[in-house]
Amino acid sequence: MLRVYLLACCLLLGLTTGAHAQRKGDLFIRNGTVLTVTNGTLKNTDILIRNGKIAAIGQNLKVPEGVEVIDATGMYVMPGIIDAHSHIAISNVNEATNPVTAEVSVGDVLNPYDIRIYRALAGGVTVSHVMHGSANVIGGQNETIKHRYGETDPDALRMEGAPRTIKFALGENPTRVHGRGHNVPPLSRMGVEFIIRDAFHKAQRYMEAWERYEQERKRNPRAVPPAYNERLEVLADILRGNILIHAHSYRADEILMLLRVLKDFGIQRVVFQHANEAFKVAPELAAFGAMASVFADWWAYKFEVYYSTAYNAAILTRNGVITSINSDSPELNRHLYHEAAKTLKYGGLTEDEALALITINPARQLGIEDRVGSIEVGKDADLAIFSAHPLSIYTVCKKTIVDGIVRFDADRDPDDMRLRVDPERPVELAIRWGDRQHGHRCLEGIDLIEFLTETLQSEWQ
Amino acid sequence: MKRMLLLWIIGWLLSLPAVQATDVPKARRGVFALTNARIVTVTQGVIERGTLIIREDRIVAIGTDVEIPPDAEVIDCTGLEIYPGFIDSGTQLGLIEIGSLPETRDYRELGDLTPQVDALTAVNPNSVLIPVNRVNGITTVITEPEGGLLPGKASLINLFGYTPEQMHVGGVRLMVLDFPSKGRRGRWDRRKPEDIEKAFRKAMDKLNEVWDRAERYARIDSAYRANPEKNPKPLYVPEMQALLPVIRGEMPLMIKVDLAPDILEAIQWVKKRGLKRVIFSGVAEGWRVADKIAEAGIPCLVGPVLSLPTRESDRYDKAYANAGLLHAAGVKIAIRTGEAENVRNLPYHAGFAATYGLGREAALRAVTINPAEIFGVDDLIGSLEVGKKANLFVTDGDPFEPKTRVRYVFIDGYMIPMDNRQLRLYQEFLHRQPGLELHPATH
Repeated sequence: MLRVYLLACCLLLGLTTGAHAQRKGDLFIRNGTVLTVTNGTLKNTDILIRNGKIAAIGQNLKVPEGVEVIDATGMYVMPGIIDAHSHIAISNVNEATNPVTAEVSVGDVLNPYDIRIYRALAGGVTVSHVMHGSANVIGGQNETIKHRYGETDPDALRMEGAPRTIKFALGENPTRVHGRGHNVPPLSRMGVEFIIRDAFHKAQRYMEAWERYEQERKRNPRAVPPAYNERLEVLADILRGNILIHAHSYRADEILMLLRVLKDFGIQRVVFQHANEAFKVAPELAAFGAMASVFADWWAYKFEVYYSTAYNAAILTRNGVITSINSDSPELNRHLYHEAAKTLKYGGLTEDEALALITINPARQLGIEDRVGSIEVGKDADLAIFSAHPLSIYTVCKKTIVDGIVRFDADRDPDDMRLRVDPERPVELAIRWGDRQHGHRCLEGIDLIEFLTETLQSEWQ
Repeated sequence: MKRMLLLWIIGWLLSLPAVQATDVPKARRGVFALTNARIVTVTQGVIERGTLIIREDRIVAIGTDVEIPPDAEVIDCTGLEIYPGFIDSGTQLGLIEIGSLPETRDYRELGDLTPQVDALTAVNPNSVLIPVNRVNGITTVITEPEGGLLPGKASLINLFGYTPEQMHVGGVRLMVLDFPSKGRRGRWDRRKPEDIEKAFRKAMDKLNEVWDRAERYARIDSAYRANPEKNPKPLYVPEMQALLPVIRGEMPLMIKVDLAPDILEAIQWVKKRGLKRVIFSGVAEGWRVADKIAEAGIPCLVGPVLSLPTRESDRYDKAYANAGLLHAAGVKIAIRTGEAENVRNLPYHAGFAATYGLGREAALRAVTINPAEIFGVDDLIGSLEVGKKANLFVTDGDPFEPKTRVRYVFIDGYMIPMDNRQLRLYQEFLHRQPGLELHPATH
């Protein structure tokens, strides 16, 4: 009897994991202006989508029988926008209890009901790099998600096959939370360097211990393995190059510090997040092969972003650094196309360069450039259709497509797009956001503690 | 020969300070002729290939048949467009330098009731933030205090001047009232609805108590002024004195209110108190009760436009569409960013409103003549007309489009240097010298 029960359980488990296979669609987008990003602009062009992939791009393509047609005449089709820094679709952001919490992962707290996924879609965003917060020097692991809004299984959001990434945080946030907040290092940027070196050294020792054990086991079947440590396992995977570092950072000095540390430990890939002063060390970043994901124009909300410039993305691009523009905000992520457009003004980037900042470049930074970030045959059919050129102020995102399925439709969707009503809020009350609501969600969770201790919530953005 | 060389060196040394002084870009006044421009006057149509003359602080001529004064500095604006300086109807520019540092924040005083404090006092004319913002064509802003029920007085300021008084436009001051709210303060606010209602009632009681006192104080003060011999001088109560001009209708009351139920309460309260000069600011859910606002005839400073909907059940673009829906209902609107360091994005807030229903013309008015009229300074600013202050900017295209560049900015007749720290950082670091070399001195 028990055996039958177990078998049933296994079958059920098999069925549910099988259900994770994503819904993929067929579509035909007719006669649009196609902004491929990697191969220029194609006018009066059709796109055929088969089983969630781009199957053909060209003029006067034949519509296969039974495939739904979207008329994009007079409209612009661009790759789905990729936000390399987001905190939507998760129920927690910070595990702020220790300067190093590599063992946790925001992928464990995905919330497919988050309305902010839909609102991101409404701005043409199809992929978000959902990140741990910036309270810790080495925070938790991040999750790259696709905006498959409507699916209620958290696992359905994961972008299957996307490389693992982890959040690091330098500068004011970790020193404030730990040094000043709890009287444990780091209190300074010196301490931040030490925390990282310390963590990597311990991970090296851990790896050595396991290697010794593996050697010894060959000779001695009764060899005792070292104690398993999830935190050190993750750190070891960083050293092995299996996890990509995304480091919250602002000042030039701390960016250089991390480059030195990574060089010493043989780590080759890093993306600097926010990086308001990356422009000051653009040659060093380019020489290292490091990348930067920045804001279009945010500055002055704290001291480490006072010496910023809206020309950051342009300077980095001109110096050969692969650069993206991200949101870090559930408000800003709805108009990343507009944020990218600002680089036409601040530094005179070309339209293709500006579009790359929110498509192929963030894809490269997340290691998913073979799948998304441009309109090419064989890539995932993640697309956004705009009423006018997406870099114009007069554009409106009309449809957003993920894996060939229309997930946002400006003309057809009802106003209320919630998947369910939050049972913890019996009465929906309006939220009074107030001014400067673009609070960075990097310190979410910390905010609440601050608020409870009667510190102004708005103080920490 | 040697002596000649020595003299030359001395002369060169003496000339150094002068050379350095001229290197610093400074604002300057004079007579300027902006010729061959597309002049978007806002109030009197568009003039193609026209000329606009600035003399000292004023616009002295506009048209296609304008004689260029012999002393004018001619700026050929072929292919360029002239717009009235944009006005941001709600900011904290000048009151804050660095968001996270309390030492640099001067927009909030202690206490719930501080109507006597004045934002203009704390405006830092030399804030690094100001030049960064004005080069995008924003010449004038409301800068406002916040916090508590009556946080103080807001002021209308130009984004150029070396003293707050030089920046102050038309003497405009607005009393700020942060109206009690029945809504949540953020996603983290999980109070029960009945607790929120209770807190709202308590705040309303407090407001009414203050206003009762202020009205009484005004009566005592009036009686004293009418007959100082007979009637007692009112006690010194700074809060009450500050409210006198509001009670008497001499100073507008700017009510910060966002949510539909709060707006309805505010309309009732204004009616009950018989207040004539009232302006709403924020008005995020104005679209829900637009007819009621129109009926009350209260102008609205709407924004930030680039904002989230107030309810999860609302359509994703409601904040973008709000200004247009209010305008369609007949409400007089101006646009505000609620920003400090990024007031420079005002054209994009207006642009999003234009795209999502307001339309380009109305959006342009909402950042020029409408706020000028709402603040009672339309005789000074808000459009390109002869006799008005020379607050204007010159672009190479549509000012709402991100790709458009602003070529010249004039504030109060001063030609403003198109220079700021962000631009200087760009110029210095675009091609940094030295680049990667470790020891530049050895090269």
